[in-house]
Amino acid sequence: MLAKRIIPCLDIKDGRTVKGVNFVDIKDAGDPVALAVKYAEQGADELVFLDITATVERRKTLATLVKEIAAAINIPFTVGGGITTVKDVELLLHNGADKISVNSAAFRNPDILTQMSNAFGSQCVVLAIDTKKEADGEWYVYLNGGRVKTSSTTIEWATKAVEAGAGEILLTSMNNDGTKNGFALDITKALTGLLQVPVIASGGAGNMQHFKDVFVQANADAALAASIFHFGEIAIPDLKHYLQENDILMRI
Amino acid sequence: MEIAIIKYNAGNTQSVLFALQRLGYKAVVTDDKKILSNADKVIFPGVGNAGAAMQSLQLTGLDKLIPALTQPVLGVCVGMQLLCNYSEEANTNCLGIINTSVKKFVSATKKIPHMGWNTIYNFNSILLDGVKQHEFVYYVHSYYAALCNASIATTDYILPYSAMLQQDNFYGVQFHAEKSAKAGDKILLNFLQLT
Repeated sequence: MLAKRIIPCLDIKDGRTVKGVNFVDIKDAGDPVALAVKYAEQGADELVFLDITATVERRKTLATLVKEIAAAINIPFTVGGGITTVKDVELLLHNGADKISVNSAAFRNPDILTQMSNAFGSQCVVLAIDTKKEADGEWYVYLNGGRVKTSSTTIEWATKAVEAGAGEILLTSMNNDGTKNGFALDITKALTGLLQVPVIASGGAGNMQHFKDVFVQANADAALAASIFHFGEIAIPDLKHYLQENDILMRI
Repeated sequence: MEIAIIKYNAGNTQSVLFALQRLGYKAVVTDDKKILSNADKVIFPGVGNAGAAMQSLQLTGLDKLIPALTQPVLGVCVGMQLLCNYSEEANTNCLGIINTSVKKFVSATKKIPHMGWNTIYNFNSILLDGVKQHEFVYYVHSYYAALCNASIATTDYILPYSAMLQQDNFYGVQFHAEKSAKAGDKILLNFLQLT
């Protein structure tokens, strides 16, 4: 049986982690490699690095960082942020990333999903979707880090993207992100029931029960969180033991 | 000790090289037949399509060299599959070292590829010394080697299949030992310490 996965997410800017990381026992909380090692040792099943650097030097800095991370940890990791071409993907995979994630660029040109999966296999092509539930009750796709609304529903886009070559969906609910009120169970459940690829739920984790709910009620394959791990509000070993006690298969 | 990683166009060499570094070993990535033949240990990684991988080996003559190696050889993922007789992927005749065939997962309900952390059991090799039965390892694959006399560990996904194989000096791991946390590190170490 496949274990459900717990995935910490690190935001990266100019090769450093950003957005409050507060680990008492790490001297340099801005060092993504040190944090990655820490999470791997604690039992994280996978890591996601999201690069939010806007400068032209971005590609080179990120490739160097990916290489350092790959050298340091013994679990798989995904890298996302600003990836638009097969060449971008090749550079990151070549430096040791296991998967890459694409978001807005794939929505604007779904053909890149096909190109990337043909070149490297769909298993390393993760499609990230930022989604928001509107007053009409539908979940819509947002682009550019949630700043641009589209008229596409999340179900339509996810279905099309998997046909195009996406091998996994990283679903972030903008309604839930940052609230600590739990994951978006309805849209996660809709996608896991519909798609033949794994779905990573993201946005809203505030306590251990939230993880249980998204695995049991929404059948998510993996759950991703950032701040609750970074600030030590939930320790990964405690979370995994709690979930195992609740009959959810965990790698412990 | 000289460790050589086979270089060809379907190799996932960087991750394997890093894993060896973390364990304190250096390795060369090479397609030089002399270096490969003389190495103490040979690692045969692989990602992607088995058919394309075999073609690449045939172009360079490595398809003749590999079966003749006498030192411990470790095939990883598609590298392991290529040690077998045949793969359904692109209808490929493989190296024929291990007498089993590689088949495509078929399921109406389970997701394919099999991706993520799954358990290994039924151990029958010193490569698994110090590894717990039902320990988790990291998998990414759509094709599997059927259980056979050479199976030295089993995983269940859709059906029980060969997680690891061994025939004489040839070893294979279907999972990514280089990404399988402590269990993967232990298996790699056991391989590197074979005498």
